[in-house]
Amino acid sequence: MSARWLTIYAVAYLVFLYAPIILLPLFAFNQSTIIAFPLTGFTTEWFRELTEIEALHDALRTSLFIAVMTAIFSTLLGICAARAATRYRFPLKGGIMGLIMLPLVLPEIIVAVSLLVVAVQLLGLSLSSWTVIAAHTLICTPFCIAILNSAFGNLDASLEEAAIDLGETRASTFRLIVLPLVAPGIISSLLISFTISLDEFIIAFFLTGNDPTLPVYIWGLFRFPQRVPVVMALGTLLVLASICLLILAEYFRRRGVARAGKQDSGGFL
Amino acid sequence: MRGLSGGDGTIARPFDKDARQGLLLVSPPAIYALLLLAAPLAAIFLFSFWTQDFLDIDTTLTLDNYREAFSEPLYRELMVRSVIIAGAVTVVTVVLAFPIAYYVSFHVEPSRKALWIFLITIPFWTSYLIRVFLWRVILGFDGVINSALQGVGIIDEPLTFILYNANAVVITLAHAFAPFAILPIFVALERIDRSLLEASHDLGETHVTTFLRVTLPLAMPGVVGAVLIVFIPTIGDYVTPRLVGGPEGLMIANMIQTQFLRLNDAPMGATLAVIAMAIVTAISLVFIFLNRRWLRGRS
Repeated sequence: MSARWLTIYAVAYLVFLYAPIILLPLFAFNQSTIIAFPLTGFTTEWFRELTEIEALHDALRTSLFIAVMTAIFSTLLGICAARAATRYRFPLKGGIMGLIMLPLVLPEIIVAVSLLVVAVQLLGLSLSSWTVIAAHTLICTPFCIAILNSAFGNLDASLEEAAIDLGETRASTFRLIVLPLVAPGIISSLLISFTISLDEFIIAFFLTGNDPTLPVYIWGLFRFPQRVPVVMALGTLLVLASICLLILAEYFRRRGVARAGKQDSGGFL
Repeated sequence: MRGLSGGDGTIARPFDKDARQGLLLVSPPAIYALLLLAAPLAAIFLFSFWTQDFLDIDTTLTLDNYREAFSEPLYRELMVRSVIIAGAVTVVTVVLAFPIAYYVSFHVEPSRKALWIFLITIPFWTSYLIRVFLWRVILGFDGVINSALQGVGIIDEPLTFILYNANAVVITLAHAFAPFAILPIFVALERIDRSLLEASHDLGETHVTTFLRVTLPLAMPGVVGAVLIVFIPTIGDYVTPRLVGGPEGLMIANMIQTQFLRLNDAPMGATLAVIAMAIVTAISLVFIFLNRRWLRGRS
């Protein structure tokens, strides 16, 4: 009885969660420039327009560059932290890991303004894609660590000991034994940090220089009502792309769990 | 999130080989966090005691900004409103999220739990900006909800209390932070030893009393995690208030953004940011303290 009510509630909740995403394609293919019901007719005009806006292509390129760099840097930092946290005991471990994980709970605007103050007012740097990369790396690293922690945590330490007993050095053990086993986790971490960076707006808006990222460019478009259908078309493509990336990430995460011979406990975090 | 509970407090030999290697390995991310997080946070704290003098920044330490922040009615109103909205968002999000976490943990087959969690997290990762914008479409004057309700004939006039005010901000943020609330509660529920529930039933408790006396107290760490991870970042959001909040729904983060990017008064912006952080931290600590007392009082 109560189980049935819970099921109904769960389905209703999923509808609530997916409502905006379901609406997106409806308006992307709708003729009217006004984003409201009733729908007026089918068109692919907005998608065609997407291919013609030069500034949008520049923004996409900027965003892709930032996302790739962020994914690489934050995953590298994440590997160090997750390996240290799961394999070693060291003084102040709780404090150090707490500091590294802090951006997860810090309001993003705090990260944004504090980096803005340091970069512009104190160091006199000019804003560019690199200031965004630096900030995105900071906020993506905790997510990478969360994913990589489970990848490294699932490792059987006796495998490494066996390799060292058989004459491998620490470095070659890491390369031959550890890396292949955590590789799915690393790929999953790259994909997740890429997705976060590609979508991040609050920090990018403060730190982006003359080359806006895609979300910053979209924010600008909201001011022009006649451009909004184009944003809907773009959003449809972005949602499709992120869902593909996430399914890939989830696939690799599960493969990693299976490779380590562990039961799946579910979820990225 | 598991990484937050790092050390286990056993520092027997502080600098043996293991500790050295661990420290060496953790140093790149730790130094990165020190330089790009701890130092900038310190800088913004210092900045909040400086003042803007037209184009230059006066670096004499003063409490002027704080005095202005607390005496200016606009700042005070935004601050109070932000805390109320963030509190409402937290309550709504966590109360809505708990049954879902409970359902997935207790009523979904183990082999399908990962799929459910995946389905719940997908909307969270997809274009935040456009998602917020679409809530305007859903809640608007001729939006989804109003056209649907008018079409069915439940209402004659469009509802206006759901857009361009604090309600809209709460609904939209509750949607945006849903997975953040569900995941910690789910993890806590998964850790509950199921035999405890059986024991409770065998000892004559009903489903309801078992839930209240066993499940809920054991799930509390997850609920606390969910509350903090929703409440704290909500204060820092300026996109949702700007897009769906209208003038009545603007929050302190909008003012911080304006100070930095429009009014070009970085020290005042820094002061408001420091005050907002201090208030959020204080409320969080009180909440954690009250929760500990409650859990201890029960045992």
